[in-house]
Amino acid sequence: MNESAIRRKGGANLRETVMHGVFFLCALASILAVALICIFLFANGIPAIKEIGLLDFLTGTTWKPGNDIYGILPMIVGSIYITAGAIIIGVPIGLLTAIFMAFYCPKRIYGILKPCTELLAGIPSIVYGFFGMVVIVPTVLEVAKLFGSKISSGSTILSASILLGIMILPTIIGVSEAALRAVPSSYYEGAVAMGARHERAVFSVMLPAAKSGVLAGIVLGVGRAIGETMAVIMVAGNQPRLTGDFLKGIRTMTANIVMEMGYASGLHREALIATGVVLFVFILLINLAFSVLKRRKDT
Amino acid sequence: MTTVKTAAKPAVKSKPQPERVYGRGRAAVQKGLVYGAAVITFAMLLFLIAYILWRGIPNLKPSLFAWTYNSDNVSMVPAMITTVEITLLALLIAVPFGLFTAIYLNEYAKRGNKLVNVIRITTETLSGIPSIVYGLFGMLFFVTYLHWGYSLLAGAMTLAIMILPLIMRTAEEALMAVPDSFREGSFGLGAGRLRTVFRIVLPSAMPGILSGVILGIGRIVGETAALIFTAGTMAQIPGLLQSGRTLAIHMYVLSGEGLHMNEAYATAVVLLVVVLLMNSLSALVAKKLTKK
Repeated sequence: MNESAIRRKGGANLRETVMHGVFFLCALASILAVALICIFLFANGIPAIKEIGLLDFLTGTTWKPGNDIYGILPMIVGSIYITAGAIIIGVPIGLLTAIFMAFYCPKRIYGILKPCTELLAGIPSIVYGFFGMVVIVPTVLEVAKLFGSKISSGSTILSASILLGIMILPTIIGVSEAALRAVPSSYYEGAVAMGARHERAVFSVMLPAAKSGVLAGIVLGVGRAIGETMAVIMVAGNQPRLTGDFLKGIRTMTANIVMEMGYASGLHREALIATGVVLFVFILLINLAFSVLKRRKDT
Repeated sequence: MTTVKTAAKPAVKSKPQPERVYGRGRAAVQKGLVYGAAVITFAMLLFLIAYILWRGIPNLKPSLFAWTYNSDNVSMVPAMITTVEITLLALLIAVPFGLFTAIYLNEYAKRGNKLVNVIRITTETLSGIPSIVYGLFGMLFFVTYLHWGYSLLAGAMTLAIMILPLIMRTAEEALMAVPDSFREGSFGLGAGRLRTVFRIVLPSAMPGILSGVILGIGRIVGETAALIFTAGTMAQIPGLLQSGRTLAIHMYVLSGEGLHMNEAYATAVVLLVVVLLMNSLSALVAKKLTKK
């Protein structure tokens, strides 16, 4: 081996080592990002929570930044109401659609419908929100009036739930369909061989077998719904109040941040960041539930 | 042969009788529900798209594409250019990081490496974080802590972190789909790991990686909540450290004011068309991968 070849080989080794290091450092980026997000959110939010008092902050029913009263219970309840509404509307439709996609859909149509569900996921939330504002909100108002309700605006918990129910459809459909398809086809064949109808094989054998996957999809949908911001702002009315009436407006945690962050300062601004912290903790818990469910599915 | 025939015969004769207990009515109801739900889902999508196009297309006037924005003519051109700028910038940051992470995880890291698990968990966490939390973080870190102010750069960095898990996951899936025999062949011919990755693995994984990048573009174009408090809402063509509004934010501001609903419809059409294009492009590229 002559000298230049040796040097070339040495250069290649060096390049290997350097690039290995580069790849490794890049791989650390996601860890760094999560660490930074946690540090900056908590460092900016926790002082406000301390100043207001954790209990007063989480269970206070009044949000009046003008009087320095910061209780976010109405917003927490708002987020939970709207998410629950979205689940009630979105899960049955999404799950049944997933069953359709997995067991009923003719192959030729499937090639068209599958991209459609992906498109449903791709439509920006601002477009959904706009659609909700110009279609769902007026419709809810009209229908409510038809039933003799005296509401003056269609921006209600119901409108937001319907819109979010539509928005979580692609998540529910995608994850549930994958779970249903992951069930061995021998289950289905076994059921049919024993004389079960197609429907019974699907609903009594395949669906229970895919249970934890479907549940993971629902949890993921909950995460989407509770974190949704722009669409909710445009249809939910955004009044920070405690109400159980689904024909009244309500404000979510996400909406609280966007509505007031633009002009807030001092403790008010910190309280908004703290709202983000509470939301973040909710999301972390939901993520945890999701990964536990997913792990259970894998084993 | 004959035994098979006789064995098969009774099976053919007694076609599986639908059970009596599980009534025909119940099955019909279930079938109806399944079909009904599917019709609702896809009719909803169709209606949404048709409605936006129907109301928006008549409002796509040439004046909306004037070079500058002012309060009389809320032109969307500055917003379009901002969108392109911010997309390119975010991709410039997210694609190398996402791709290199995928390469590290799939080509370099040893199996059972604890760090790999941590990276996977953090990536999963990132993909579950809602965009408003990214927006808050971007505001606290890039805008305030690093003193970038409401700027294109702050917005792009925030978006880059947001789409990082998407880029990473799709790239990793694409790399995993490359058969190991490709790598073994390359190693067998004396190529090093690096050369194998760049000359053999990456080219065959390219369609999958690209389709992920295109999906990322779709997400950036449609993003609002992460940008309001990072890139701001100024309607101008921004420099790196100036505020600018993307199309999605433009639409939010217009619809929030309530004075320019027609223009908001028009912007919705543009957004929808871009997203439709990106989605079909991504599907097309991904199909190329499976065809091979």
